[in-house]
Amino acid sequence: MKPFAYVRADSVEEATEAFAAHPGARYLGGGTNLVDLMKLGVEAPVALVDVTRLPLDTVAELPDGGLRAGAMVRNSDLAAHPAVRDRYPALSQALLAGASGQLRNAATTGGNLLQRTRCPYFQDVSKPCNKREPGSGCGALEGVHRDHAVLGHSDQCIATHPSDMAVALAALDARVELHGPEGTRSVPAADFHRLPGLHPERDTEIHPGELITGVVLPAATAGLPSAYRKARDRASYAFALASVAVVLHLADGVVERAGIAFGALAHRPWRARRAEDALLGAAPTTAAFEHAVDLELAAAEPLRDNAYKVPLARRLALDVLGRLAPPATT
Amino acid sequence: MTATDAVLGAPVERREGREKVTGTARYAAEFPAPGRAHAWPVPATVVRGRVTGVDTASALALPGVLAVLTHENAPRLGVPDDPTLAVLQDPRVPHRGWFVGVVVAETLEAARAGAAAVRITYDTEPHDVTLTASHSGAYVPESANGGFPAVTEQGDPDGALASSATRLDVEYRVPPLHNHPMEPHASTAHWDGDRLAVHCSSQGTTAVRKELARLFALPEDRITVRAEHVGGGFGSKGTPRPEVVLAAMAARETGRPVTLALPRRCLPAVVGHRAPTLHRLRLGADRGGRLTSLVHEVTTHTSRVKEFVEQAAVPARVMYAAPALRTAHRVAALDVPTPSWMRAPGECPGMYALESAMDELAAGLGVDPVELRIRNEPEREPDSGRPFSSRHLVECLREGARRFGWESRDPRPRSHEAGPLLIGSGVASATYPVLVSPCVASARALPDGGFLVRVNATDIGTGARTVLAQIAADALGARLDRVRVEVADSGIGFAPMAGGSSGTASWGSAVHQACVRLTGLLAEHSGPLPDEGVTAEADTSGTVDAESPFARHAFGAHFAEVAVDTVSGEVRVTRLLGVFAAGHILNARTARSQFIGGMTMGLGMALTEDSTVDPVFGDFVERDLASYHVPAHADVADVEAHWIDEEDDHLNPMGSKGIGEIGIVGSAAAVGNAVHHATGIRFRELPLTPDRVLTALLSHEHPAGMLGA
Repeated sequence: MKPFAYVRADSVEEATEAFAAHPGARYLGGGTNLVDLMKLGVEAPVALVDVTRLPLDTVAELPDGGLRAGAMVRNSDLAAHPAVRDRYPALSQALLAGASGQLRNAATTGGNLLQRTRCPYFQDVSKPCNKREPGSGCGALEGVHRDHAVLGHSDQCIATHPSDMAVALAALDARVELHGPEGTRSVPAADFHRLPGLHPERDTEIHPGELITGVVLPAATAGLPSAYRKARDRASYAFALASVAVVLHLADGVVERAGIAFGALAHRPWRARRAEDALLGAAPTTAAFEHAVDLELAAAEPLRDNAYKVPLARRLALDVLGRLAPPATT
Repeated sequence: MTATDAVLGAPVERREGREKVTGTARYAAEFPAPGRAHAWPVPATVVRGRVTGVDTASALALPGVLAVLTHENAPRLGVPDDPTLAVLQDPRVPHRGWFVGVVVAETLEAARAGAAAVRITYDTEPHDVTLTASHSGAYVPESANGGFPAVTEQGDPDGALASSATRLDVEYRVPPLHNHPMEPHASTAHWDGDRLAVHCSSQGTTAVRKELARLFALPEDRITVRAEHVGGGFGSKGTPRPEVVLAAMAARETGRPVTLALPRRCLPAVVGHRAPTLHRLRLGADRGGRLTSLVHEVTTHTSRVKEFVEQAAVPARVMYAAPALRTAHRVAALDVPTPSWMRAPGECPGMYALESAMDELAAGLGVDPVELRIRNEPEREPDSGRPFSSRHLVECLREGARRFGWESRDPRPRSHEAGPLLIGSGVASATYPVLVSPCVASARALPDGGFLVRVNATDIGTGARTVLAQIAADALGARLDRVRVEVADSGIGFAPMAGGSSGTASWGSAVHQACVRLTGLLAEHSGPLPDEGVTAEADTSGTVDAESPFARHAFGAHFAEVAVDTVSGEVRVTRLLGVFAAGHILNARTARSQFIGGMTMGLGMALTEDSTVDPVFGDFVERDLASYHVPAHADVADVEAHWIDEEDDHLNPMGSKGIGEIGIVGSAAAVGNAVHHATGIRFRELPLTPDRVLTALLSHEHPAGMLGA
């Protein structure tokens, strides 16, 4: 095997320093994706900086009523946390819709955000992939792409982001906290992942050397009605064909706040801003929901074999919106 | 009740169960001989062509790498019976994933890194990997798998069809499917001078030894093949696979014991697969629903390495009384991996198509689908005219209908809505032939009152060694715990593989005969037994394989209930119930496990298991268990298997029929028929994934093609 250094960090500073000291390093969380990719030859880090011992493994109450989930909180623990279940049900549901029980026990919050696409061409080093090897081409374009993107893709890359959790975080207006050589910062979860454009090799807006330290769930969406729904090929342990996370707050009979994000449609969780804008101030009727969702999905450009994703996403969204709106209003 | 009544048929626990659940059962890759090295294969990365250059320098320079074998330096082998085993013998690449090299190293990791560092260059040629019903290269083979004639015809099927009161003409498609046993194909090989010892994950050591003898030009008695525990095979381990050849080759070249466990992602290309089948079914019937004509034509693919023809039209020769019958197979040789056996080859895809068509006919006639099948019950086997040794399909249908609550079903499609769900139920028949092969066995009475039975059976997770002990105890009139059974060692003698649902019948007949003989010897013996005991042997050659005047098949009936989500197109099977008539059931516990395992595999075939041949890159795209979707626990809600007591004196001393495969036969059709009942939409291509189901639901609701609706 290709030898690599292994560093176990006990503090965030230690981790980022070790990362900086080993150009070509990767942070190691639960390893549920990175280790697989190393076996496949897709990833060949010169060093693994093990961050699982960092003191980032708790879910903390914030003074304003929000929550901060440390980057090392396991997916199972985050999903089961009473405050998450109570105040951010879409997040708990999204986490539980992902992977399998065993994987959720190992996978971390930070790692979940940084997992790579499961595009089969990305995972097969004998085939072209611009994400894995810029300039080599995209095998999926003419190949098998039923599971690929319908929104925001480029001729360089049609991969989707596989996370369920990230879709809920985007809809909930969560923020991703980062620590790096230039200090700490946070970015909205909805903007954390990128569209492929000309650089599909870059999945996220993370800067070199930055480490995800946590995710902040804002007070603004705490306790609002929210839900996640995912369609998949089997009842468990399958990536989404399409999914949606919705936060819907009504006041005085109209939509006061809407957060809608789609999963498995794009290279990142697809925050449906157009749909949200259309809903603001509108009465929560079926017609209004349809209008809003259709506005958003009008931008879809399905590939040869994935046109089904558009109506699927549409129906999932309408179903969840309808369930979150009080029956009397629809 | 005598002791023997209690033992045969009893729900005896697996003898190796504790070893397996505690992790002490050793599999083929788990024999760490001193100095053992590991091997990793190098698969071809082009679809069709030739290797033109091999650069192993950087691989050999890696620490721990011992050797790199390619066609340039690998030893020349004898000609195998199975051409897929002629590995590293020439530069030809017949399909993507064909092994063009193997790297041997001190560790698994070093072997993997070495394999990644081998540089191969190729000359490529245009390839063709796409099967169509009108493929210009499709031809009628001499025979289909199992030696069945490719084409049969009785009466005037076309004329009868033309003059039938009711006609059905439909096409179905079953995609390629993969066996994917939990334990990948693995072998550990060790040479001691000119003797070769192999631990191999195989369904039968006899065939492995025979091929190794051919390939390495050795007398068979210098080769030992063992398969003590095997983590599933589903047909893909019924014949030796390239890993055992490469392991033996690598061990000889390096002078070290070598283990080669195939990476999961290599399996689809080199261990066989169920070939895709394109079916055209034409049924003619009179107004009463009696078939006047049945035509089942199948087109499938094979590789350019060898011809394998999935015998999917064969069950139509057995099932129904149609005075005019034509069954036909065509095959196209493409640049694809070589297909092979997968659980119920032929019957499984064939009965999906036939039983779906019967459902369509029933719906068209307004006849209950259970009743339609009963009306078409033949008196003799349609194909051969032979009487059935036993046939209780009607009883299975009736018993299943009773248990399932079929009479309360509203026959109208799309008649049961539960919120966004459409609920439906469906039925399908099952059949699987009774197969049996010659075998040797011995039974020894020991001075301590115990017995030792030896037979070269393989227990691939079925409970074979447990059932064989029950058969022996029954024949000996002995307590079960006094019978020790040794299996899975080619040194014991020849035996057929665990396959074709024939293992218990084949091994059990030999064990029974040896035990009966031993009982006779013991009856004549007086005084204490000698230290070495008293041994009787049996060889069933020429007896069990004698032509039977009877048509011998197991039958069954599946009932399925599904819920179709109209929001997402997701289909879930809420109930699956099977009733089988398979002779005497020898172990109620392991038999139930076999039935529900097969039914679950049928559920996967219906709903989740899909494999795509990449038109550009020529390989199967879904090559791991994250993307090739076998059912997860959450998919398997409520599966019940029952059987009826079937007496049949024309089988074997145990009165048993095979049960390993019938569970998968017809179960996918029952699910598909239930989806039709739920939705009113007939799907004719598997699997029924949300993309297909939702698209059809929407076009059904909005025939103008408003997919966005």
